[in-house]
Amino acid sequence: METRRTEDGTKIILNVTGEIDGTNVGDFESEIKRAVEDSEQLIVDLDGLEYVSSAGLRVFLMAQKQVKQNGHDMVITNVCDDVMDIFKVTGFVKLLNIE
Amino acid sequence: MKEITVEAKRENLGEIFDFVVSALTESGCDKKLIRQCKLCVEEIFLNISSYAYHPETGPATVTVEMANGDKPLRVKICFIDKGKPFDPLSEKNPDIESELDERQIGGLGIFLVRTTMDDVFYEYTDGKNVLTMQKRFV
Repeated sequence: METRRTEDGTKIILNVTGEIDGTNVGDFESEIKRAVEDSEQLIVDLDGLEYVSSAGLRVFLMAQKQVKQNGHDMVITNVCDDVMDIFKVTGFVKLLNIE
Repeated sequence: MKEITVEAKRENLGEIFDFVVSALTESGCDKKLIRQCKLCVEEIFLNISSYAYHPETGPATVTVEMANGDKPLRVKICFIDKGKPFDPLSEKNPDIESELDERQIGGLGIFLVRTTMDDVFYEYTDGKNVLTMQKRFV
């Protein structure tokens, strides 16, 4: 898994590629936590993300809860079919703002 | 059948992934099926690592078997540990309809295993927890 962060004022685009699983979820968690804290508008661009395990789902859920608490926005974009299947079956399509 | 035994520790998940991915790749499984299997392997292996021998640690064996020749083709992955008897399938499914504020963090792993695999069953036999999962593919 790799992340790339682009900042534009209070807007941050976090691009995540590869696979999020139990071996690297700690890195993903610290990157997204930092992006949530530093932004008012966060775009998590999943173009190039092929896979997410339940460890990664937990991080998305925690991030979404924190964003809401902060009164900010988080949008998830460019979700591939395999990852979308996981978001759908777990009910995450209802919890996350997916474009 | 291919088999690996490692200490049931989170740090060994990468080694288990390497084993499972190479066994499935050699058998000609496609990337999607391999990812689906990885997803389930992670859940069960981390479950064993966290609970089976807690607070100690002990061995976990993973086997991968292809039922080639039969139609439909089938991959069978088995997890064996000698820890405390525990049926992970007895866990309640998460409420996937709940709203953000009520949504619990966690509990998704076993649910994903159930929905991804075609069959999942557990038995405690000869002092061992044995969890078997099967997935058919074309």
